[in-house]
Amino acid sequence: MALVHTSKIAEQGEIQPAQGRGSIFQRDGVLAWLFMIPGWTILLLFMAYPFFLGIYLSMTDKMLGFNDFQFIGLENYRYLWTDSIFQQTLRNTAIYGVGTVPFKLLFGLGLALLLNRQFRFSRFFRAGLLLPWIVPTALSSLAWLMLFSAVLSPISLVLRQWGLIDQNINFLGDAWNARISLCIANIWRGTPFFAISILAGLQAVPTELVEAAALDGASRWQRFQAVVFPVIKPIVLITTLFSVIWTISDFQLVYVLTKGGPANETHVLGTYAYQIGMNATDIGQAAAISLYMFPALALGAILLLRSVRSGGAR
Amino acid sequence: MNIVGENRWWQRVLYFYLPLGFFAVLLLFPFYWMLIVSFKPDGDLLDTQANPFLLHVLNRTEGFPFISFDWSNITLKHYRYLYNDTEFTRWLWNTIIVTVGATAISLICAVFIGYALGRFKFRGGNLMGAAIFIAYLVPPTLLFIPLAELVSRLHLYNRYWALILTYPTFLIPFASWLLMGYFQTISGELEDAALVDGATRLQAMWQIILPLALPGILSAGIFCFTLAWNEFLYALVFMGTGDMKTVPVGVVSDLIKADVYFWGPLMAAAILGSVPVAIAYSFFVDNYVSGLTAGATKG
Repeated sequence: MALVHTSKIAEQGEIQPAQGRGSIFQRDGVLAWLFMIPGWTILLLFMAYPFFLGIYLSMTDKMLGFNDFQFIGLENYRYLWTDSIFQQTLRNTAIYGVGTVPFKLLFGLGLALLLNRQFRFSRFFRAGLLLPWIVPTALSSLAWLMLFSAVLSPISLVLRQWGLIDQNINFLGDAWNARISLCIANIWRGTPFFAISILAGLQAVPTELVEAAALDGASRWQRFQAVVFPVIKPIVLITTLFSVIWTISDFQLVYVLTKGGPANETHVLGTYAYQIGMNATDIGQAAAISLYMFPALALGAILLLRSVRSGGAR
Repeated sequence: MNIVGENRWWQRVLYFYLPLGFFAVLLLFPFYWMLIVSFKPDGDLLDTQANPFLLHVLNRTEGFPFISFDWSNITLKHYRYLYNDTEFTRWLWNTIIVTVGATAISLICAVFIGYALGRFKFRGGNLMGAAIFIAYLVPPTLLFIPLAELVSRLHLYNRYWALILTYPTFLIPFASWLLMGYFQTISGELEDAALVDGATRLQAMWQIILPLALPGILSAGIFCFTLAWNEFLYALVFMGTGDMKTVPVGVVSDLIKADVYFWGPLMAAAILGSVPVAIAYSFFVDNYVSGLTAGATKG
């Protein structure tokens, strides 16, 4: 009986449960902030603080393991801007983004439309085709390392047997081959994420509407762009922005497949920061390399936050 | 009912089964390759005459019964090698400790944050929600250099705590966001009833809402587990030496050698390291997606 009783009163707006009642710890506002203390303590200490520490370090000449260092202003940023390896790294990061995200979107969309149907083993397919995205990237990259091997690559072998090439392809030993190989592995890993997100969005498409359009003689493409796409547009945008952010900040795939080689030709910002910071022990410069990522990330985050909110989150 | 106008078999094949098969082959081939290489004897791997895509168990013979089995072409040698001659089990143990520790801490923090953001109306609530979302977007590559500095100042380098305390930086925002959405879907009436009956806010949360949210908390836990298991960069930088490596780091830095014969153990390790995550995910695929894109699919 208590249930009915309460909802009635609540409707009439006569009492506001748990506000201004009893001790101060009963109040929503106070409790909410108390609840957030443990989590935010960790986030402030290990995320916010390092972020500002990183900005500070990027303006010093600190070396790994030395505590004697000087403030040098924007020197690291200036130097990097003129450094040819860093310039190539920036270009690679852009290539890596532009060369993968559109393909992931296209393939992911296609795959989602296929998986959206009812067919035998559809659950099995959904789970199975998600695998590239869920297994540890460092480990699945090892499969690609072998598929791109200069000696044992089965891709080379098949192409050779078909008579299309005379020699094994030097997938990772040539700058452009290596960049393209990295893009291929990245597309492979990212496509399932697009597929599964868009698949979730497709659940909101009204089936009757699609069928009605079909009965009225709308073609496959017309049905897609007039009925289906408007519904999934927000989620396509959100997924794309997520992917852009993750792609420009990638590390694992490049680290495992090329380590930035050959001759520093395939670094992205993450791997170059690792090389300068951990191998060359120049912490100041490495921090600056990481922070070159920041403007693009911030832009992506703002756009993403906007589209998530207009999508009706709150 | 499939999409209208596709009733002929050749249409179904052309527009559905063919493309689906194409995707399935491309997406799953690397796993198939890992699996067969991990069971192949080394000689087989280098044999240019043999079809590299098969394990050569089945052989044709001249007379009856036309086929024979040759089990010597399947080997568990690479798995045995991992167990006996590498520190794989130690890496596994490290990964489990770190993953469980980080997941536990993150889940507790995230339940509270998610509850506060999902069920309390308070000034600054929207802002804190946005802050959590932004925190989720901060990539490890942006922070690992200064974090390495912080880890060494706190004397955590090469200790489990280095990862148990840093993994929550991406686990807490993710799980909080997921749980916030989950808590919002639970009706407020039950809670109000309990409050009117004299329960405190905390009692209502503990006894009414949390039990209802258990499925959401469980799936958030699973995802934290898999994200922590998959992490690479922090593990490489903060715990990458000696016997403190995690599975992905150990495999990538210790098992890759400059000779042809390392592929077997390497692929075996990749398979073993992937299996726990694959199992965990396969049960929770749907929750994962709806949680991640919670904002957009609702409304």
